[in-house]
Amino acid sequence: MTHPPDTGPAPVLALRGVSKSFGAVRALRDVSLELLPGEVHALAGENGAGKSTLIKTLAGVHRPDTGQVLLDGESVVFHGPGDARDAGIAVIYQEPTLFPDLSIAENIFMGRQPRRALRRIDHKATRAATAALMKRLGVDLDPDRPARGLSIADQQIVEIAKALSFDARVLIMDEPTAALTGSEVARLFGVVRTLGEQGAAVLFISHRLEEIFRICHRVTTLRDGARIACEPLDGMTEDDLVRRMVGRELAELYPKQEVEPGQVALRVRRLTREGVFTDVSFEVRRGEIVGLAGLVGAGRTEVARAVFGVDRWDAGEVEVDGRRLTGGAPSTAMAAGLALVPEDRRAQGLVMDMSIERNIGLTGLRTTVRAGLVDRGAERSRSLDWAVRLRVKYARIADAVGTLSGGNQQKVVLAKWLATGPRVIIVDEPTRGIDVGTKAEVHRLLSQLAAEGVAVLMISSDLPEILGMADRVLVMHEGRITAEIPRSEATEETVMAAATGRAAA
Amino acid sequence: MSESLTRAVRWDTVVGALLIVLLLLSFGFVDGFGNALNLSFLIGNTLPIALIALPMTLLVVCGEIDLSVASTAGLSGAVLGKLWNEGMAIETIIPLCLLLGVVCGVVNGLLVTRLGLPSLAVTIGTLAAYRGLAQIVLGSDAVTDFPSRYLDFASGRLGGTFLPQAFLPFLVLLAIAVLVLHATPFGRRLFAVGASEEAARFAGIRVKRTKLLLFVATGFMSSLTGVFWVLHYASARYDNATGLELSVVAAVLLGGIDFDGGRGTLGGAIAGVFLLGALQNVMSLLNVSAQSQIVVTGVLLVVSVLGPRVARQISVARVARRAASTPTS
Repeated sequence: MTHPPDTGPAPVLALRGVSKSFGAVRALRDVSLELLPGEVHALAGENGAGKSTLIKTLAGVHRPDTGQVLLDGESVVFHGPGDARDAGIAVIYQEPTLFPDLSIAENIFMGRQPRRALRRIDHKATRAATAALMKRLGVDLDPDRPARGLSIADQQIVEIAKALSFDARVLIMDEPTAALTGSEVARLFGVVRTLGEQGAAVLFISHRLEEIFRICHRVTTLRDGARIACEPLDGMTEDDLVRRMVGRELAELYPKQEVEPGQVALRVRRLTREGVFTDVSFEVRRGEIVGLAGLVGAGRTEVARAVFGVDRWDAGEVEVDGRRLTGGAPSTAMAAGLALVPEDRRAQGLVMDMSIERNIGLTGLRTTVRAGLVDRGAERSRSLDWAVRLRVKYARIADAVGTLSGGNQQKVVLAKWLATGPRVIIVDEPTRGIDVGTKAEVHRLLSQLAAEGVAVLMISSDLPEILGMADRVLVMHEGRITAEIPRSEATEETVMAAATGRAAA
Repeated sequence: MSESLTRAVRWDTVVGALLIVLLLLSFGFVDGFGNALNLSFLIGNTLPIALIALPMTLLVVCGEIDLSVASTAGLSGAVLGKLWNEGMAIETIIPLCLLLGVVCGVVNGLLVTRLGLPSLAVTIGTLAAYRGLAQIVLGSDAVTDFPSRYLDFASGRLGGTFLPQAFLPFLVLLAIAVLVLHATPFGRRLFAVGASEEAARFAGIRVKRTKLLLFVATGFMSSLTGVFWVLHYASARYDNATGLELSVVAAVLLGGIDFDGGRGTLGGAIAGVFLLGALQNVMSLLNVSAQSQIVVTGVLLVVSVLGPRVARQISVARVARRAASTPTS
């Protein structure tokens, strides 16, 4: 693929022929990239394609083995992140790190507040400067508010304002939308557009393809450390982009099989947890995938937690294959054939310090026992078997699970639960933050499970995922189920209407 | 072998090697260390620490701690003395004392699991409370006239060797503890609970029940130690075993059990126990004052928290270097 000729403005920041190796692994091979002032440039690629290394090279964390970093056309060498920051390059991470007890203004000007006589901090000037930054971003945030209690979206805005206060001309945003709700994403994109109009260059990384198409002008695609393409997004389709990223025709992203639903496997009747969710009733049949949609905070995760027994419920009942569960006991839910792949894989799904083998083994300690002792051989073969079946990419099965990429961690969580041979599996945000290739694999797996007669309840904030995978969609709004929509009638409009409480229940 | 285990094993090895070096040096250069009488003193004096270290290791691995162990031992000893004075048969008293230890453990466990209080705070409270009870029970009396059959068992040696008779039952308990922690599903769950209580809960592990059980086991072993203490030293006083919790915690942490839970091996903990025991013995032989010995124990406690961390940071840096060669995007 030829590089498009530069006819427009000169690039603010560029990489030319950059290679970077770690030991035997070549993370970047002869990669070039040009960021033009005023453009929003997408960086696409699967996990492990080299995006992180590229970002860290731009941010001064890594130094290229060969090739150059060019700032305004001049070759520069960053000796550390401080150098890059002073050169006007700012990185906004997925989860910002602010001082919770300081105000927004203090966070932005930490360590370099305007001073009055006798080196006293000039609070008034700090506030005014912060207000000016917020105005530039077109955001209404009170400079005096403490950072504690700010949503992640607001915290990112503060980070962006901080970057602007350093006169950043290049903003690198590493999956900034992963934890944001729809309206927060819209506001963030407003800010990004404003920055573009003011001449900043933005490098935008996201696993959500539709966002790339919504906000970006050009896209650079990485695969196995090499640049595959750099091209305008106009006229491209999501399928084109995915093909560049995975290097092959991707089997369908939503490979939903038609399955004739069987008997009711999970029955939830009038379940209530006071102040959290109310009067929730639904059924999931064998072979069915039921989507549970709704806005963040609608109570979907809370219902899942209660059904599985992590939290107690105040009223109602839960049956798995006709067996009533006693509330508040995950072990009895497991024994009845229920599995929960939780929302937060790092804190809830996995013990990060433990090996892959033992994480998968944790759900099988009742079965891999001989004479009261853990049968290590049986444990290992059970774990290996499932790791292989789910195609987890790892170096050694005894490595800590924390060393894996996000997508592979999620596969380990799935392996851990599928190994229990569940009759009902609840998956909470099963593909959040994982790359498109792994996402398709997870979907194929869920579809397969349903075909094998497992009942699947899928909670997701990813609407295309819900629409693509679910036989039926349940929608929650403010702790209640407000709609049940069959696959044939489920559209973004009908689901969103129910999720925001606009539809009649 | 898991990553966390290999890391901990490295620290185990360090402690084991230190123990061997200390023993060799002591045999070579410390007068009176190598004779049978001193060695039997060393082991006999270390046994109380070792006995309590067994359940304490499991407790710390699952992320909790019990500082009331020495007071529980003291209370059991005081009750033993009191009831013996009242003329009760010792065969009846000892089971009652062990039951008392179980009750002490249940109280600690319920306060921690039902009320969700931090075990450090709870057991500092019961440390004071149980010791106070011991004093109420026995006052400042010392009871010494126990039947010689029992005293002989607790202080006697295995035919012609320097090993105390009580060492055999200890070995049995040690074997049980090693199996429980490192080979049973229960032990596996302890590591999970200690490393991430939330993830453990989501994996269907009954976290509260597990912890309660361990507090009970710790209470039981503490009272067993209290009974052993009374018979071994032929003296029941309310202040028996005062300060022993410091030695137990120091030894366990020295053995590489992570204070934050989720890491460590029983082998390491026991190596830590005997390293501390041998050190105290050598200091006594060298006429180091009791006060200075406490200072050394305190310093060891700090070092033992620091040591494994430094060792781990070195290995984490090594892993990071390895991970850097397989970057993820």
